[in-house]
Amino acid sequence: MDFEKLYREESGRILSTLIRLFGDFDLAEEMLQEAYAAALQQWPAGGTPANPRAWLISTARNKAIDRLRRERRFEEKSEEIYKTSEFTVQPAAVLEDEMFPDDRLRLIFTCCHPALDNDAQVALTLRTVCGMTTEEISKAFLVPVPTMAQRLVRAKRKIRDAGIPYREPAQEDLQDRVEAVLLVLYLIFNEGYLASSGDSLVRRELCAEAIRLGRILCGLLPRQAEARALLGLMLLQDSRSEARVNAEGELVLLDEQNRSLWRADEIQEGTELVQSALRSGAAGIYAIQASIAAVHANASTARETDWRQIVGLYDVLLRANPSPVIEVNRAVAVAMAGPIQDGLAILDALEYRRELADFHLLPAARADLLRRLGRGAEAADAYRLALSLATNDVERRFLSRRLASLTS
Amino acid sequence: MQYLMLIYGAESDWARKTPQEQEAVKKGFGQLRDELNNTGKFKGGSQLTPISAATTVRVRGGKRLTTDGPFAETKEQLGGYFLVDAKDLDEAISIAARMPSALDGSIEIRPLVVMEQAAKQG
Repeated sequence: MDFEKLYREESGRILSTLIRLFGDFDLAEEMLQEAYAAALQQWPAGGTPANPRAWLISTARNKAIDRLRRERRFEEKSEEIYKTSEFTVQPAAVLEDEMFPDDRLRLIFTCCHPALDNDAQVALTLRTVCGMTTEEISKAFLVPVPTMAQRLVRAKRKIRDAGIPYREPAQEDLQDRVEAVLLVLYLIFNEGYLASSGDSLVRRELCAEAIRLGRILCGLLPRQAEARALLGLMLLQDSRSEARVNAEGELVLLDEQNRSLWRADEIQEGTELVQSALRSGAAGIYAIQASIAAVHANASTARETDWRQIVGLYDVLLRANPSPVIEVNRAVAVAMAGPIQDGLAILDALEYRRELADFHLLPAARADLLRRLGRGAEAADAYRLALSLATNDVERRFLSRRLASLTS
Repeated sequence: MQYLMLIYGAESDWARKTPQEQEAVKKGFGQLRDELNNTGKFKGGSQLTPISAATTVRVRGGKRLTTDGPFAETKEQLGGYFLVDAKDLDEAISIAARMPSALDGSIEIRPLVVMEQAAKQG
């Protein structure tokens, strides 16, 4: 039994169920840890149970009952927790739910309650529903770890003190919560698409998770054009997953990718979703980004890509959502549309502003443009800076190779 | 849970309303109160006199300081309150959203500290 894999893949889902059942984030997190510890102890000798998830939930539930008995809090909680015995006997029966077929989506809506601070909504969802660590989330938000930890503590406290319910929102509240939910899915996908740390570039399970949740959301909210646009964006990005990493697990940039590895089914579905979203009049941030992804996905080579259109779409995106990270992407597109110096000038200006001082993709993008301009020494310096900031091993190896090819 | 709903609005807005408009606001609050009362959710509440009748007291170093007016001058003033028993924040929000003052003022929803928390928070 690969416990690490089990934890990655199941903890979010199990935690969602435990949180709903206990009505208490902290208790659910603690009991989940204890249940995993028990599994580590018992499974190697006694064998892995037929349904590991049900085993873990049932074990966590029993441990919660023990804990509450010891603390004499059992009376007030017992009714909620007894409801779970039914669940542990027949997990499938309870997971069938017409409106919310999945506990995680239910919990996403709870975590995205409008009474919580916006950033806290997203962070809490990633922490609980997707099982991401506080470190991973701080990376995704570009904030220090203690700030993120504090944000999570505050959000959990508010949920408890203000009586934010653990249940699906009423139909009339759905609209209110969609925007935060979309941002959550988007950040989950991004973390999967470019894992912030570790030895694999892509965490496919996070991408698959975001796409799966996106599909459920589109089913729930058929009139939400931005939900469709986001699903389309994720599919179009995901279509390149196979080509972004070669057989040795090394990073391959867009212009060097083997486009026959791109998934045609995802490109087609993604493109159709974007078109459908645009027809419904959506020109929100997801529809614009999805349009950019669609231009890439439907070009047969990097050279034949309509870079001017991409620059134009980035301009629209920046007006809708000013962000220095988007400016980096736009600068790269400007360089591709040519001349390269124009793109470089934008990156130089961005570096001067220092807003992205910790963001490795800025020096990495500069290094690439300098390299293409034949300014080897400056490119090497920029690669070194990028290397000092990058935390994903695959990206670090890629940057090291580029650096070595310049200095050899 | 019990929620205290602090009803804020600009007193100047209230003064500008016609007698009919003021009557409509009062009627709206009255209906909501009756409805909450019938379901046992209404735990108290009242309109407050204007801040011109407010007095603030502080005791510092054993000395009592009494001043005219509210603690802080703000654009919107506390004009009334409801104490409501609601099953969770969502129910509290939907009750607050039905208050006539939500249309031009704002309702601050503050959960009362429950005993368990009071013990923990000391």
